[in-house]
Amino acid sequence: MQNKTLVYDGTFDGFLSAVFYVFEHKLEDVYLQNQFSSTERMFSEKEEILTENVKADRVWKGIQNKLGKSQSYKLYYAFLSEKNGVEDVLLNMIKYIFSDIPNVANDFSQASVLEISKIAKMVGREKHRMEAFVRFKLTKDGIYFSNIEPDFNVLPLISSHFKKRYADQKWLIYDIKRRFGLFYDLDKVDTITLYFPDDFDFTKTDENIFANQEFEFQKLWQDYFKSVNITSRKNMKLHIQHVPKRYWKYMSEKLN
Amino acid sequence: MSFERTQEKLKILADAAKYDVSCSSSGSKRANKNNGLGNASGMGICHSYTEDGRCVSLLKILLTNYCIFDCAYCVTRKSNDIKRAAFKVQEVVDLTINFYRRNYIEGLFLSSGIFKSADYTMERLVAVAKKLRLEENFNGYIHLKSIPGASDELMHEAGLYADRLSVNIEIPTESGLRRLAPDKKREDFIKPMLKIKNDIIENASEKKVIKSTPKFAPAGQSTQMIIGASGENDFQIMQTSNFFYKSYNLKRVYYSGYVPISYDSRLPQIGTDVPMLRENRLYQTDWLMRFYGFDVSEILNQNHQNLDLDIDPKLGWALRNLHEFPIDVNTADKRMLARIPGLGMKSVYKIINARRFRKLNWDHLKKIGIAFNRAKFFMVCDSNQFERRDLTAERIKGLILQNSTSKYQKTLSNQLNLFA
Repeated sequence: MQNKTLVYDGTFDGFLSAVFYVFEHKLEDVYLQNQFSSTERMFSEKEEILTENVKADRVWKGIQNKLGKSQSYKLYYAFLSEKNGVEDVLLNMIKYIFSDIPNVANDFSQASVLEISKIAKMVGREKHRMEAFVRFKLTKDGIYFSNIEPDFNVLPLISSHFKKRYADQKWLIYDIKRRFGLFYDLDKVDTITLYFPDDFDFTKTDENIFANQEFEFQKLWQDYFKSVNITSRKNMKLHIQHVPKRYWKYMSEKLN
Repeated sequence: MSFERTQEKLKILADAAKYDVSCSSSGSKRANKNNGLGNASGMGICHSYTEDGRCVSLLKILLTNYCIFDCAYCVTRKSNDIKRAAFKVQEVVDLTINFYRRNYIEGLFLSSGIFKSADYTMERLVAVAKKLRLEENFNGYIHLKSIPGASDELMHEAGLYADRLSVNIEIPTESGLRRLAPDKKREDFIKPMLKIKNDIIENASEKKVIKSTPKFAPAGQSTQMIIGASGENDFQIMQTSNFFYKSYNLKRVYYSGYVPISYDSRLPQIGTDVPMLRENRLYQTDWLMRFYGFDVSEILNQNHQNLDLDIDPKLGWALRNLHEFPIDVNTADKRMLARIPGLGMKSVYKIINARRFRKLNWDHLKKIGIAFNRAKFFMVCDSNQFERRDLTAERIKGLILQNSTSKYQKTLSNQLNLFA
């Protein structure tokens, strides 16, 4: 039998719909592929999968029943890594979950379980880092704005943290790489897309856009950051390990 | 708020507070109330790291660096010729709120020099916390430094608004304290600690009866000792520490390697290295006491008054107690597993879980992530290859050191580094 490539729309529901399709048609030799992915597989028959929430929900509920809530989230985390081929590892794990072996979630002797757990851990780490490293800047129209550029698609994971924490201020966190953001309007968080001019510099605090006092607080924060350092204990290796350089360009204490 | 003035004050008062080690914002669960600002999560978040590698989780500042005391080890001492400044209550509130809104910090750590009197100073610290909670509806983390000698009523009020309270005992021994801080008395630290401890206990029992009882210092209290300023040995330090854990239910004791800041002849001279490795060994010992079931006297006692610098304290203990080994990982209880050098508590829990399914061999243990190089001398498992040689403690230590590279190697070397 010729192998098949199922193309889904890039969403988690789309992915789960494709998984549903695999089980429904008892497909063996199959790949799952994001429609935006550029990988081409030779001699593979392509099939577009429609995203159907009902089917996606059934798969997700099934996984949750088998693994419990917190373990199932590992699969979602791993999915958000957007790593090349992660869908196929996930599919392997899901097949294993629905086999008859009990308590498979911690069976690290199974390659896909180990792999997913590793990827989920990386995504979890970046989620935590974004909760820490987001730097809001107050705009002239009273919105606390931040832009990020994470390796993984962690925006959906940090939404509730920021909603709980900043309930009394409007805020917007924008993912430059994936061109979408979260906007909280004092009531609910929405996913939005924004238009920025081509020459917009995300590392600068443009005085046409940001409030006057924004510059003062950035300066105070930079001063504070310098003052708390103890020169005789300087340890840049440790510093960079904690705050990897790729995040520096949007952290106000690192801009001067 | 005048920006220039605040800027100058912040530089002075953050600089003066940086020697306080505590910056943790964990251990307090405070939910965001009435759509206000902020919450405190159980874990805490480090929002940045200084270039010396320490975390920045709180806005750590002094309310003022005016001080009527003259403690030799302290930059803020009255005889030190430095610029003085003092924040107004509202300035601290504004800084905290604005930093917090920008996601720079998890909350506030507020300490102070003592101006006028202990109560006068403490009152102002409490006023900041009160304003943050009641006027700004702020639910982030607040750590207040208790001022030694402040009254019980003020200490109690502080606990109603702060997540954590602490008073630094600074010098581990009474004689050292007398010598370096002639104005301070040990009782002055103990009294507020005792008050807080009792109030925490009382609050907990009230909460059992009436659920709506307001929180009282939910993250408990902590203290700090300066290491290497007053000549005490590790045995004395950890005894003091153990005493405070046991008698005052402290959440944490911090150890702060003394950074020379003055030419006082009673203290290490400027330019003397900060004892970072020693500090690290003391923290390791602290962990062994709190999480690994060691009694402090097993690690430090009359016969063994200082920690080894070249090996960690658990390995040191194991080498002095070879008769307890080897331990069979497939049968030993949790307490003994935790005593094997190279096994952390996470590995211990993984081993206990995993051995329910099968007998563990070296391969399993390596995958779990134990430090094989150290552990192999102290344990047996379901493999034939283990260390059968009857090695002396000296020999084992030699073999371990040969096969490991310490990140402190530079510090350890006795050789002068002429060409660095």
